[in-house]
Amino acid sequence: MSETRLQETEKPEFYLTEEHHPEGSTMLGFWLYLMSDCLIFAVLFATHGVLGRSYAAGPSPADLFDLPLVAINTAMLLLSSITYGFAMLQMERNAKAETLFWLGVTGLFGAAFLGLELYEFYHLIHEGAGPTRSAFLSSFFTLVGTHGLHVTFGIVWLITLMVQVSMHGLIAENKRRLMCLSMFWHFLDVVWIGVFSFVYLIGYLG
Amino acid sequence: MSSQPHAPAHEDAHNVHHGHSNGHEAGHGTLKSYLIGFSLSVILTAIPFWLVMGGVFDSKLLTAFFVMGIGVVQIVVHMIFFLHMNPRSEGGWTMMALIFTLVLVGITLAGSLWVMHHLNANMMPMSPEMMKNMP
Repeated sequence: MSETRLQETEKPEFYLTEEHHPEGSTMLGFWLYLMSDCLIFAVLFATHGVLGRSYAAGPSPADLFDLPLVAINTAMLLLSSITYGFAMLQMERNAKAETLFWLGVTGLFGAAFLGLELYEFYHLIHEGAGPTRSAFLSSFFTLVGTHGLHVTFGIVWLITLMVQVSMHGLIAENKRRLMCLSMFWHFLDVVWIGVFSFVYLIGYLG
Repeated sequence: MSSQPHAPAHEDAHNVHHGHSNGHEAGHGTLKSYLIGFSLSVILTAIPFWLVMGGVFDSKLLTAFFVMGIGVVQIVVHMIFFLHMNPRSEGGWTMMALIFTLVLVGITLAGSLWVMHHLNANMMPMSPEMMKNMP
């Protein structure tokens, strides 16, 4: 009897009191998410690898791809990666204004990348080379579009975090979030390496 | 500024994150490591574009081989300098997850291409002219 009463009066704890655990496991958990995302892209790359030569007597990559545009696009994403790195370095120094500045620059480069990609898509569809034209174009739009969608959500996340940082400062929670987004952003750059090498350059070779 | 009151908490969280990794630089990188990574990345991006746009090699196979090879090197560079991968972070679990994923990616890519190539090769022979008249 006395034991049950003791249990009733005990204050229930719904959380772990270890302070150290959450931070480390967040990074590992987010890394596992990125790995699962990597599998999505692997499947899309495999699809493009299988279908990438099926032009259905339509335009081939050599007819369609504007490599200088792709090079500029790649430069935008690369620059956004290094500016995000600068933001992380400023975050380490607890310099709020500088962090926000570099995050803003990263967002602008990301938006430029997205704008160029949308222009390319618009141009392709306008030329009659939309995703319905051939299996090659279907897989191309799916793969590159999925990457672009990731970048879009990355930018939404970036803006959200910029608001968070400007409101609450560089608190531990915001730093953790910024580190997650850092991994996400650099991961997208890694995927883009695969896209420009495999889809654009090797596709262009035919 | 506003982050000042939270400084102790931040310090705690900070030490934790690096509990498994060896020192500060291992987890986040420095200005130097970011700049090295960026320079390598620029070079490794420029070379494949130059190879393809300049038509440096006559052989398409050789060009494709170089483009893929340099792409793999660039991915490794990004992993080390931007994603700060090292065998010690999170007690080695990130590396384990990465290796596992790479195995799955390898099986997915190689398997798909191999199986679909065989299916294609075992189809009834068809000339490009017949292909063009397909519905």
